[in-house]
Amino acid sequence: MTHVQHLKPFLRKTPFHGPMEALMHGNGWIRWMGYYAPAFFDSEQSEYFAVRTGASVYDVSPLIKYSIRGRDAARFMDYLVTRDMTKAKPMQVVYTAWCDDDGRMIEEGTVFRLAENDFILNAALHQLHWLEEAAYGFDVAIEEISEQVCGLSLQGPTSREILKLLGVAGIERLAHFSILETTIDGRWLRIDRAGYTGDLGYELWVKPEDAIWLWETLFRLGDPYKIAPIGSLALDMTRIEAGFILVDADYIGAMHAIRPTQRISPYEAGIGWAVNLKKEAYFTGKRALTREKSEGLSRHILTGIEIEGRKPAAGSFLYADKAGKQELGLTTSALWSPVMKKNIAFARLPPRYAAPGQQLWIEIWYPKEQKIERSMVRCWTRNRMFFDPPRKKQ
Amino acid sequence: MSAVYDAAIIGAGHNGLVTAAYLAKAGLKVVVLEANGRPGGAAITREFAPGFRVSAVAHLLHALHPRIAGDLGLKRLGLHKELKATGTAALLPDGGRIEITRDDAATSASIGRVSPADGAAYAAAMARLVRLSGALGGYMLRTPPSPAMASNDLRTKIELGLFALSLRRLGRKDLLELTRILTMNVADLAGDLFESDAVKGLLAFEATLGAYLGPRSPSTVFNLLYRLSSFGPQGMGGFHLPAGGMGALGDMLAKAAGKAGAVIRLEAPVERILVEKDVAAGVVLVGGEEVRAGFVASSADPQATLLKLVAPGQLDVQFLKRIRHLRMNGCVAKIHLALDGLPDGWAEGARRLVFAPKIDHVERAFDCAKYGRVSDSPALEVVLPSLADPSLAPAGKHVASILFQYAPYKLRTTSPDDARRQVLERGLDTLEALAPGIKGRVLASEVLIPHDLESQFGLSGGQWHHGEVTLDQMFFLRPAGGFQRYRMPIPGLWLCGAGAHPGGNISGAAGANAAREILREARRRRDAR
Repeated sequence: MTHVQHLKPFLRKTPFHGPMEALMHGNGWIRWMGYYAPAFFDSEQSEYFAVRTGASVYDVSPLIKYSIRGRDAARFMDYLVTRDMTKAKPMQVVYTAWCDDDGRMIEEGTVFRLAENDFILNAALHQLHWLEEAAYGFDVAIEEISEQVCGLSLQGPTSREILKLLGVAGIERLAHFSILETTIDGRWLRIDRAGYTGDLGYELWVKPEDAIWLWETLFRLGDPYKIAPIGSLALDMTRIEAGFILVDADYIGAMHAIRPTQRISPYEAGIGWAVNLKKEAYFTGKRALTREKSEGLSRHILTGIEIEGRKPAAGSFLYADKAGKQELGLTTSALWSPVMKKNIAFARLPPRYAAPGQQLWIEIWYPKEQKIERSMVRCWTRNRMFFDPPRKKQ
Repeated sequence: MSAVYDAAIIGAGHNGLVTAAYLAKAGLKVVVLEANGRPGGAAITREFAPGFRVSAVAHLLHALHPRIAGDLGLKRLGLHKELKATGTAALLPDGGRIEITRDDAATSASIGRVSPADGAAYAAAMARLVRLSGALGGYMLRTPPSPAMASNDLRTKIELGLFALSLRRLGRKDLLELTRILTMNVADLAGDLFESDAVKGLLAFEATLGAYLGPRSPSTVFNLLYRLSSFGPQGMGGFHLPAGGMGALGDMLAKAAGKAGAVIRLEAPVERILVEKDVAAGVVLVGGEEVRAGFVASSADPQATLLKLVAPGQLDVQFLKRIRHLRMNGCVAKIHLALDGLPDGWAEGARRLVFAPKIDHVERAFDCAKYGRVSDSPALEVVLPSLADPSLAPAGKHVASILFQYAPYKLRTTSPDDARRQVLERGLDTLEALAPGIKGRVLASEVLIPHDLESQFGLSGGQWHHGEVTLDQMFFLRPAGGFQRYRMPIPGLWLCGAGAHPGGNISGAAGANAAREILREARRRRDAR
């Protein structure tokens, strides 16, 4: 017994913990939303290649999920988020941001529209407080259902073949960002074709009591298709290649910002395409974002850059000139992409430097022997979606 | 059916009518939409028993801004001829009373019978408080600045400069005193100034009236200064009873607005504000009629306007939360009594009687409210309008219009029906102790608790100031930080009632300020065309 709280095991185990633990080759557990989550099983690199060349399995159960239903659910969702939800048909997934009054992003994530007035909001951070504040005046029931379902993200070029073997009727016809629900061996299964890797891939949701069945079935059927469990390190590599931003890494959620100026708008996060100012309904932050857009108030835009050489460039400064006299911004996420053989990063740049194809300079500090060395190399702005294979949507 | 106006004003309360009159005078086509059958809002006279009429909500006129009265020609309409000034009498538990009038010597002598020291100090102390309040009152008819200095226009900066100058002109001692007392509680201030329970209790009452605050709550001195500012050049210099009750003012303002060309539609309740493409385009009346207008100005309170009249999904989440959380816990009930003659001594002297014999009396009355109960032993303000205008009651009879403090809107276990019963019982018991036999003279009575003020006059929470007058809900924070310029977040929607700067009382200042800002915007729109 100890009085020191953090010495007690207090993280929860997801329904997939048992089979994951059996495959854990090191001490790869990290904390994710109060659960044990794998950072790696064996090695980050091999897991990365499972995503890009075979099929990878990642436990997404700790994601926070809210069920939003009721007479006004459709109107409420349209008021909550920046995308035009009237354009989403039932059984579609929508990637969107949601903002505070000032048009600063609280978070971004996916919304499942299951029916006209039945939605699921998937978030990385807790949102219940915000949702309940926002729901004032709307006839909606908001419920956190995070533990009512659990899920695995099956991503990679062979993922569809495995689902075919599983016997999911209509999986070939399931379009990118669509959802289907089915029953296999008498077990309820929801599949959405989305993910965090930018590859062909699916998210599979089952009831917690069916978790072991799902895991064992996938690995039994997937063995010839190079199925492998992955941890968050490999996932992070793939999401950077895919250009996906991550809260608390590439931006700070508006509710977590320490200073108001830390908060950023969807335009500044480089997901301005997910803001629909022309939609019929008002949404929180619309007036502020309209003003930002029309008056050109965005301070920076999170842009992709490709960097000369191989040195990892996270947290590096960008300049307009080689001498480093005119500072432009800073990189957030960065990596050397093994499949593309490119050194890539996300960079916050002033809007006029953010268009793809511009040459800038980046100052990278790196350890060499027992010293820290500085290198000033060229980089070029790029579309942040570096890795976008046709199979993702085919 | 659909009519098009330049401006649609929601509510024919005094502020709505003032806005309408100013806009119509400037040539705008204006319609005022009032739910009730008479104009005036909370400035209304109505019969509560056969032959007995009384000002139903506000019952004293003291804050009407002289510049507004002048601009709208209320003098020509006969307002000032009809006004009867009144002093205040503080009723003492032993049956005695202190008479406070504009005659300083008489006031001093009257207080001197209770405390010579307070008698000597009273006039100068109150004059100083009025002087201090006057320095703040200079902002009554101006639009509050933004706390972000850079976003203020030149005019606002000049006005701020003038404000700073007026503070400087107070002199060093007064300015220090103002900064010292501004956030203070009135119990401490009363202790600084006076020694007798009677005078301290009276001051405590004046400072807490209409707020969900007790004498020891911070910001009560601010509430006092706010009231006192109407005793200086920004108000009428004292309490007045209009002939015909407060409804006379409502009628007069309606006449002024009508003369200027505004259309006043009674029994035309607004169901919702029409918002098209995120812009306010008019209003929809109960029954479905659309009234379209380029400006929609609401003199309803901020909660009624933004939470009820604006459909969900038109305003930002955090802004709405601020509006939901405005402190709107009305805690004054009204008792109207039809009296078969007045108790001994009530026919002479002041027509405004206050019973708040000491600070602790008010504080204990507040303690009940704090825990969601009607005060066991209330503080009372009794106004006798039939002394000023005998036509309000049948010959030989009288009406008493009584404020009962505290009867909170937010009740813990008491039902509204019980609260009404308790207000009448406890109010009459308190009066009986002061004027034995009064209970036997009561011919009829009416009680309006905050719930009734809400349901009959549309005052959310029964809060007659449209939001408490406390420092955190005033000036550039009224109704919410960043929205002090009468423009609500939805373009085309304006707030012209007491929920906007400078707040409550029958002053017309919010209505006049909103009208000025609307006209500026109208000019800007015209120039842009």
